[in-house]
Amino acid sequence: MNNSSNILVIDDEQVIINAVIKICSLENYSVDAALNVKTAIEKISKNYYPIIICDIMMPDGDGFQILDELHRTNRNSAVIMMTGYSTVENAVSSLYKGSVDFIPKPFTVDELLSSVSRATNYQQIKDKQKQLLKNKYNCEILYVTCPAKYLRLGYSSWIFQEREGSVIFGVCDLFIKTIESIQEIEYLDADTEIAQGICCASFKCGNDRIHKVLSPVSGRIVEMNEKIKSNPSIIEKDPYFEGWIYRIIPANIDYEIKNLIPCSSDRL
Amino acid sequence: MFKKIGFRLIFAVALTSLIIIGVFAYFNVKSQSDSLISEVERHANQLGETVVSSTRFDMMLNQRDRIQQTINSIGTQPQIRDVRLINKFGEIIYSSDSTNINKMVDKRAESCYACHSEDKPLEQISITERTRIFRVHPDSNRVIGIITPIYNGKSCWQAECHAHPKDQKVLGVLDVSISLAEVDKAVAIREWEIVIFALVAIIALGLLIAFFVRRWISNPVNDLLDATKQVSAGNLSYAIKEHGNDEIGKLGESFNNMTKKLSDARMQLFQSDKMASLGRLAAGVAHEINNPLTGVLTYSSFLLKRTKDNPEFQEDLKVIVRETLRSREIVKSLLDFARQSVPKKNNADINEIIDKAIAVIDNQLSINKVKIVKHTESNLPDLFVDANQMQQVFINLFVNASDAMEKNGGTITIKSQRISVSPYGSTQIKKATCSKRHSLMDNEFKIDGLPSLKVKIISDSKESLIHLDPVYGKHRNSFNLDFKNNRGTKFVCPECSISLVQQDKVCPKCSAPVLVFEIEGQGTYEVCSSENSDWEKWDFVDSAGLKEYIEVRISDTGYGINRDDLSKIFEPFFSTKGQKGNGLGLAVIWGIIDNHNGSINVESEVGKGTTFIIRLPLAQQR
Repeated sequence: MNNSSNILVIDDEQVIINAVIKICSLENYSVDAALNVKTAIEKISKNYYPIIICDIMMPDGDGFQILDELHRTNRNSAVIMMTGYSTVENAVSSLYKGSVDFIPKPFTVDELLSSVSRATNYQQIKDKQKQLLKNKYNCEILYVTCPAKYLRLGYSSWIFQEREGSVIFGVCDLFIKTIESIQEIEYLDADTEIAQGICCASFKCGNDRIHKVLSPVSGRIVEMNEKIKSNPSIIEKDPYFEGWIYRIIPANIDYEIKNLIPCSSDRL
Repeated sequence: MFKKIGFRLIFAVALTSLIIIGVFAYFNVKSQSDSLISEVERHANQLGETVVSSTRFDMMLNQRDRIQQTINSIGTQPQIRDVRLINKFGEIIYSSDSTNINKMVDKRAESCYACHSEDKPLEQISITERTRIFRVHPDSNRVIGIITPIYNGKSCWQAECHAHPKDQKVLGVLDVSISLAEVDKAVAIREWEIVIFALVAIIALGLLIAFFVRRWISNPVNDLLDATKQVSAGNLSYAIKEHGNDEIGKLGESFNNMTKKLSDARMQLFQSDKMASLGRLAAGVAHEINNPLTGVLTYSSFLLKRTKDNPEFQEDLKVIVRETLRSREIVKSLLDFARQSVPKKNNADINEIIDKAIAVIDNQLSINKVKIVKHTESNLPDLFVDANQMQQVFINLFVNASDAMEKNGGTITIKSQRISVSPYGSTQIKKATCSKRHSLMDNEFKIDGLPSLKVKIISDSKESLIHLDPVYGKHRNSFNLDFKNNRGTKFVCPECSISLVQQDKVCPKCSAPVLVFEIEGQGTYEVCSSENSDWEKWDFVDSAGLKEYIEVRISDTGYGINRDDLSKIFEPFFSTKGQKGNGLGLAVIWGIIDNHNGSINVESEVGKGTTFIIRLPLAQQR
């Protein structure tokens, strides 16, 4: 919709900054850059950037400092973390601390653009929500929050622990609202091992954009929802019940649960 | 020379045999000499009797010439020295030595003493009392003298000649002396024989013992000595070749066993160090490559987007993007290997994990005609492990095993059991404090991937930190080399500067001060402060005794791995599968097991199969 939003990219490598600028200019975003945490914090205090793309590890600090700074100054920028594969765990905990997404380095043009577009949409929804709250409207018209007893990874995917020890996994309504209509879903096979924070399904949407869904837990996929295979629109209609995607036997849920946000907190 | 066992043994045996032969010879020679002398004695006595009875008639007829003739003829016999006839007054009446005739014999002379000791002639005396052995000169031969008394008889006092009074009992004595030269010679020869026999026996015995000592003791002991020298010089592949089934043979066998174990342990340690550094290297490389790779991938995919109308570029750019994505996958698996992250551990049953792993690849295995045989010990206690990672380990091992058997199929045997191993060299210190309860763990400075123990040292008003190995028994301590460790050096807690030196105690190996740490709930840990000493002590762990592990053995009936490859299989990028594998599977497995404080070993025989042995600590680490 509105592609004139400002983006701040923070990375200690000029080549990556240049790449991000080039890619974002394809979609007419204007991009500002910072080579280290210090300049980044200076820039954040002076300007408002709806989207911040930030490397987790930098010579003078890490991406968590940016998140802390945003939280401290009460600015609700959407932060996308960039990280090498080695620090996926850090990235997952950054989702708990308030970043909206992360993309593993190295990434392709499409991967970055789909993430940025989701962040833009997310930001717009949140802005609208703010407006509505100010006017004392009920915010639930914008998206359906996930049910209590569910746990979510960032704002994108949820899990529900079943009594048998398995978990079912799906995507949040807010995530669906940030993407275009789903046309095709690419699955992983049953029996595949997945790790927390690793892509486990791709939604091919209108506009040829592919959105990747991150797994909220590590474990083994035991079953997938056959219904959504034939009819992906179920996910959009009932993302929390009928539209589940996988049933997973979790491997380390006790450990990984600390990176997941309990959905009951959303209703407070 | 006398320090050699062989010589001591020979000396002891020679001494013993000398004593035995000596005692034996003494009694032997003595009894022989006694019997010879008694033989001579009997002979002399008989001779005396014979002379007396043969001259009796002549005496009665008082034919003195004939008596003298008889005595002379007897006296000429070679061994007879002297034959004398002495009357009751002590006068020599007849003698084979004519110069002695008519001489008086002193009653107190040796030859008379036996009878005349009481100053009166005795009537009946035994043969031994009538016998005497003497030397005429101190250097002449021994002589045996025997006296035969001539008793008064009826015919004597009735004879016409110089008739003897009737009341006289002994009329005179015949004294026969026989030389003992022959006897002495025989005894001397016998003595010499025995000395020679003893010498020969001792020499023969000595040689025999020397031979057997050399064969049974010296040679094997020297072999052992050589072997220990070789091993201490670092040649751990040295093995003692021949060993019998005696104690020394068994010692040699257990020595070989020990060196084998030692070399295994060293390999493991070496491997561990190598893997750790390779891991760091891989992580570093992967991380560094990530950024330039991002540049390549973003720019190429950017160009791909921009040149949609130009199919010629599209093809080439697609290749660049595809290959860069492939590089991304390689970096990803490299980081999988290098991942130093702490495993997410939970209590889990190892047999269950194995079952799950089997379930995952059951299909694949049955297609490859691979049979799985399980010998799992039931009721094994739960392990504190990352079940997911462990499952990955087993799946990888099963896939490898199945690949090693290829089309022909085969059997994978899985064994799990509980074992006990010594704790020294395998226990990690996780929480060390000073006496004021300040933590001394340093997460910034890691030794082999584990947080080290930090100690502040103050010397000559300079301050520095030293780091100690947290693994009990491994001594990979890091000392600041600029710092000279001397008498005035203080070792203190970095936070409160309280001394960490143990009072009234020095290192038993080098007498340097001993540092003491309190281990939460696990007693105290003591370690020598000198970088040159490897002394350390942790009573709590020592007293806990053996550490328990669960051992899982996975054997296949595949090709096996040849010796050269065996040491490399855990290295990253080492693969025998050619294009099929990236060579990271076993390296990742190694990393996972290492992160669980466990160990993985491999045994293999080409053509027969391979066995992987995984050990995971049982006691939950606090």
